[in-house]
Amino acid sequence: MPKITFISYDGVEHVVDAENGASVMNAAIDNLVTGIDADCGGECSCATCHVYVNKKWMEIVGTPQDREEEMLDLNPERESNSRLSCQIPVRDELDGLVVRVPEFQM
Amino acid sequence: MSEHAVSVVKLSAQAQTDPQDVPLDQIDVSDPTLFESDRLWGFFERLRNEAPVHYLKDSFFGPFWSVTRFADIQFVDKHHETFSSEPTVLLGDQPEDFTLINFIQSDPPLHDEQRRAVQDVVAPRNLTELEPIIRERVQNILDGLPVGDTFNWVDEVSIELTTQMLAILFDFPFEDRRLLTHWSDVAIATPELTGSDAVTEEERRVEMGVCLDYFTRLWREREHQPPKFDLISMLIHDENTKDMVDNPMEYLGNLLLLIIGGNDTTRNSISGGVVALNQNPDQYQKLRENLSLIPNMVSEIIRWQTPLAHMRRTAKVDTELGGKQIKEGDKVVMWYVSGNRDPEAIDRPDEFIIDRPNARHHLSFGFGIHRCMGNRLAEMQLRVVWEEISKRFHTVELVGEPVRVRSNFVRGYSDLPVRVHRI
Repeated sequence: MPKITFISYDGVEHVVDAENGASVMNAAIDNLVTGIDADCGGECSCATCHVYVNKKWMEIVGTPQDREEEMLDLNPERESNSRLSCQIPVRDELDGLVVRVPEFQM
Repeated sequence: MSEHAVSVVKLSAQAQTDPQDVPLDQIDVSDPTLFESDRLWGFFERLRNEAPVHYLKDSFFGPFWSVTRFADIQFVDKHHETFSSEPTVLLGDQPEDFTLINFIQSDPPLHDEQRRAVQDVVAPRNLTELEPIIRERVQNILDGLPVGDTFNWVDEVSIELTTQMLAILFDFPFEDRRLLTHWSDVAIATPELTGSDAVTEEERRVEMGVCLDYFTRLWREREHQPPKFDLISMLIHDENTKDMVDNPMEYLGNLLLLIIGGNDTTRNSISGGVVALNQNPDQYQKLRENLSLIPNMVSEIIRWQTPLAHMRRTAKVDTELGGKQIKEGDKVVMWYVSGNRDPEAIDRPDEFIIDRPNARHHLSFGFGIHRCMGNRLAEMQLRVVWEEISKRFHTVELVGEPVRVRSNFVRGYSDLPVRVHRI
């Protein structure tokens, strides 16, 4: 199972075992990582699972698709390494992934 | 159950009929008396179970589709290219000679430009600064309540607090703040727009003219001043909205969006929490024993109340939904109030459970690009209200029947007779 590190806004690290096929958002929720709300349940329609992907990982993780992009676009704290974690499927290549959880979800 | 005497007289024939006895293709959930009498539930249950995408051929508001299940509503909300928010998000059409424009009923790019201009005022980062001000206002209001007497919670607390909040966001003259309440109450309260009987279209336009004049004066006062952190100043200083005052239907439209969206809704959630807890005393006791449940309870209140019953879309193309053929131009109504009670999406949905898991998973704020931008502000106000209530009163006791608003859009209360009991 790939390991994913979530770093909260105050610097606390939370390393979880993630399931292939589920999303990075699922990995957070299932492991009680705080700071990710996932109000819409993973449907790319609430933007409350926002994370900042460690920049070294962006090429492997990839950039947002259209629907995700339009949701991220409304977030005033969006950065170039922003992703909605419900749209990142977990796979072996993401083993060691590091993401930062924002202080606020919108 | 005792009925409010006047409500019985005003109920439609349908509202006085058992939902099982109305033919499926005649069920009319646009009927505002269903909401006023709180008899909507059985009708929506039939639609969810028997016709989850339901066409009503003929109604006061014309023909329309009702979408009543959570998953289908979420689908429609998400697919804005197919289901447009233009020209309006109300089931009732706007008059052609008085058509307001604002970003809730616009598609991109206009939607994005205007939303971005104002959304910072309610961004969570800025709420941390607003919170102490809100808390102080809540404390003043609660400390001024007539303990031991019966009073109207809606007027003394729900309206007072949310109106003060709105006045802060607009930097609106404090002594005139009840004008905001008044304009919020009449802006869409005609039979044609929401099934309300509060004002006629003529009366509404007069009041909207007064509202526009007042806010135009505020714009003129501020347009040459440096940028400030209020909604009007933000519109003035954003490149995309700096000329909005020159387009009165757009300026008024956006003002009313912020006034109704930021006011009416939170108001009715504050009231709704009192109703829910009184109807479920075991939950009220659970709250007293564990105040850390307040944030979760806030989400549950917002789901249970569903302050805006629907949002309407208009099909931009022929499309299929739930096996039904929807034609370009058809009205498609997302009934949030129904989706929030859908057992396929929410466990025991008709129950008010303050420690419900996954309480944030509800439709009241909508989904997709139009999702409520004030949602965290609303949650914060509700949280602070219940934190401060809990320090002062062991019970906010409902001592009479709630009086609900006649509207198929706003799910609200005009009267909650209560008595508060000190700790």
